[in-house]
Amino acid sequence: MLRYILWRIAVMVPTLLIISALVFTIIELPPGDYFESYIAELRAQGEGVDMEQIESLRQQYGFDQPPLLRYIYWVGGMLQGDFGYSFEYELPVGEVVGDRLWLTILVSFFTIIFTWIIAFPIGIYAATNQYSWGDYGLSLIGLIGIAIPNFMLALILMYFANIWFGTSIGHLMDQKYLSEPMSWAKAKSILEHIWIPVIIVGAAGTAGMIRRLRANLLDELQKQYVVTARAKGLSPTRTLVKYPLRMALNFFISDIGSILPAIISGAEITAIVLSLETTGPMLIKALQSQDMYLAGSFLMFLAFLTVIGVLISDLALAVLDPRIRLQGRSTK
Amino acid sequence: MTSAADLLRVEGLRITFSVLGGEVEAVRGANFRISPGKVTALVGESGSGKSAISQAVMGILPSVAKVSGRVLFNDTAAGAKPVDLLSLETDGSEIQEIRGARISKIFQEPMTSLSPLHRIGNQISEVLQIHTDADKAERRARTEELLGDVGFANPKRAYDMYPFELSGGMRQRAMIAMALICRPALLIADEPTTALDVTVQAQILQLLRELQSKLNMAMLLITHDLGVVANMADEVVVIYHGDIVEAGPVDAIFRNPQHPYLKGLMAAVPHFDMKPGERLKALREVPVKAGTLLGRQGATKATGPDVLVSVRNLCKTYSTRSSGWFGSGSTSRHRAVDDVSFDIRRGECLGLVGESGCGKTTVSKILMRAVTPDQGSVTFDDGEGAVDVLKLDGAELKALRAKIQMVFQDPVSSLSPRMTVKNILSEPLEIHGRGNPKSRVETVRSLLQAVGLDQRFINRYPHSFSGGQRQRIGIARALALVPQLLICDEPVSALDVSVQAQILNLLKDLQKELGLTMLFISHNLAVVDYMADRIAVMCAGRIVELAPREVLMRNPVHPYTKSLLAAVPYPDLDRKLDFDSLQASGGSDQRQWGAQFSDGGEENALFPADLGGGHYVLARKSADARELRL
Repeated sequence: MLRYILWRIAVMVPTLLIISALVFTIIELPPGDYFESYIAELRAQGEGVDMEQIESLRQQYGFDQPPLLRYIYWVGGMLQGDFGYSFEYELPVGEVVGDRLWLTILVSFFTIIFTWIIAFPIGIYAATNQYSWGDYGLSLIGLIGIAIPNFMLALILMYFANIWFGTSIGHLMDQKYLSEPMSWAKAKSILEHIWIPVIIVGAAGTAGMIRRLRANLLDELQKQYVVTARAKGLSPTRTLVKYPLRMALNFFISDIGSILPAIISGAEITAIVLSLETTGPMLIKALQSQDMYLAGSFLMFLAFLTVIGVLISDLALAVLDPRIRLQGRSTK
Repeated sequence: MTSAADLLRVEGLRITFSVLGGEVEAVRGANFRISPGKVTALVGESGSGKSAISQAVMGILPSVAKVSGRVLFNDTAAGAKPVDLLSLETDGSEIQEIRGARISKIFQEPMTSLSPLHRIGNQISEVLQIHTDADKAERRARTEELLGDVGFANPKRAYDMYPFELSGGMRQRAMIAMALICRPALLIADEPTTALDVTVQAQILQLLRELQSKLNMAMLLITHDLGVVANMADEVVVIYHGDIVEAGPVDAIFRNPQHPYLKGLMAAVPHFDMKPGERLKALREVPVKAGTLLGRQGATKATGPDVLVSVRNLCKTYSTRSSGWFGSGSTSRHRAVDDVSFDIRRGECLGLVGESGCGKTTVSKILMRAVTPDQGSVTFDDGEGAVDVLKLDGAELKALRAKIQMVFQDPVSSLSPRMTVKNILSEPLEIHGRGNPKSRVETVRSLLQAVGLDQRFINRYPHSFSGGQRQRIGIARALALVPQLLICDEPVSALDVSVQAQILNLLKDLQKELGLTMLFISHNLAVVDYMADRIAVMCAGRIVELAPREVLMRNPVHPYTKSLLAAVPYPDLDRKLDFDSLQASGGSDQRQWGAQFSDGGEENALFPADLGGGHYVLARKSADARELRL
């Protein structure tokens, strides 16, 4: 097993290298670079452009070098913790992202907890009471939850919150705390704001998880070993928890692999609609303005989290499912 | 015996299932009784309602079922008053106390009836946890004791094993331990040995019999196998399409069957005392009109050399890598096929017998070029010159594929559910570019006729056919290309006894009329005996004995063949299984064989010894024929 973990970690290196090359290529693909977009923007606003200053910036950041060399500089910098410079914000990438990253993780963390707390009981209820009115009703709500785009839900909620309570529900905290250091008042303000994005962002995920848990559990409830457990005299509830639910959890653990990257990138459009101070809107803006180091670092970070997430879920599956742990990989 | 002493009385039991578009009556007014300490067998084919009855007794019917009638459980040993099990609340505390403690059940599929995620010991001791006050240490001690009783050599280790680490037979033993740990008054065994090999089946039957008399419990044995019934039952209840058609002591039922269904069932089972040429009487005989195929077959029936397929020194090794938590895993190599040689003569049916895992299916896959052997040769000669099957590729391989066709075990999964019968049967013709669309439909029609299916079925999908009908479609598909060699891999083991006779007769007729050569693979000796001209017995990848049918059946030489024959339960009260002579390890354990048959751990120590008359047995070179006959 230890050998397996080491092997998996070793395989991550080439995987990430290939991803970094892909990311770099995709960012390079559109014609022009950040400075050309910048010039075009300035011209559109009718301002003069100091071409000399631009040229010197270009040289400073190596934009006159061939792409391969720039790629090597970029990767080399990332290995040393230098993620490059954001032209848009005129700050190092690390500083630009900093605060927002923690807020994003906070929102995502609450969202995941919210999803689990709501989805689990409902999923189990829907599976054990299949085709009952409760199942139909909850399934309907769930399907609506999947069908409505998050940003739409955000707009609707904003509208009604404004009409009924006369408040704006945007942002993650009161604007006056935005650039202040962390304090009790700021934390309180964040907690007051955070539940709205959590509900909105969590809606689709919750609905999806209810459906998947229901489907997996329904499959397991048909299995022979459930009948065996009932024939032992085990009560229905204990049977459910000990046998089919445990089996149905495998999908849930596999999900961890995709949850990690979603923590950072999740719900960009909703974040824009609600003006949340998370990383999502920043990523989209960076891609639009070809702010390549910011965008590239983001994408690499997402790739890294995906690879780590998949590793974690694979290891967790091996721990929880003896079949995966003990059954030899036979070649047949 | 008065009725008051009955342990279980089923009175007017009706079970209906509501399905899409109406209700299906699975059991229509069943009445029978189970006496304490006796084995009552409930006999019927699949779909007859026998499993529904057992589920009704346990109260574990699916929720779409409706039940009426009475099931009186009179558990005097536990000092309880008679109780109508059907009147108890579904999954209520009263029925929960009876389940597992007073009435328990073992199921057909030992593979799926245990949870794969929990240890054996955990699942067995859980019954004690539910029904007794025993503490953890006592539960473990009692579970280990019982695991030893049901035949685990190392109960302490078995307690901490997972079900998938055990063989099918050992899993069924664990199931039995789970059912018996609270010493129930009634054990329901639902086809307990159907999924097991014949020697394992004999061991499990022996174990059930022993424990049943030791614990003096009653047993409801549900089965379709009359051989099992004859060896186990005190009383027999025969169920047919939800109706109980006959019930009584086993002697009366076997020696003097009354109901036509029971008589038919008895005539449909192949047995070893059949005279050469004697036919099984299928309950519903299917007329075979192979004549429609003969026109096409005639041309290819040209005389060729005597030997159609010649297999020499086949070997195939699978390697399994098992990895521990730490460090490198060990690689174990498993010889699935080990130096196998045989000939299939033109026009004969060669039977290949062996228990699961002996490599018989791998051999058939090598012949089909689905698996590549490590070494050895397969020569195919249909009169157009001998070809080396293993070296063919491209167009030559494609041409060979048309000459060797296969009938598979599972009639459900071997037919695509998304294709109509017409598509299924004309696909091989399309692949090989035979004829035009119109002539293909003609061929499909004649194929359907040949296997006794109505031509109107041509546009139906497989799901609208019964198991036997599907298997006939599978046979028709194999015949579509007019093969020289038909490989049948357990073609009847998924079918009911009555349907089995139908399919066997069909194959026999087709072979005779079309002059087919067949390789018939089965674990069922009686079936192979009915079909084959010569029989090869495989054990652990090697052919241990090969002989003409009568010689092998009457005068087996190899100890493995003997143990296989001894383990077959006959549907005959005068020839019960000799449980005492059964080997605990199932006959395939080399250490139990005589020195002349055992390789003693040496490579190449064994070779096929010729006993004359085409009778070969795998033995040591030093052993002479007289020594082997001992």
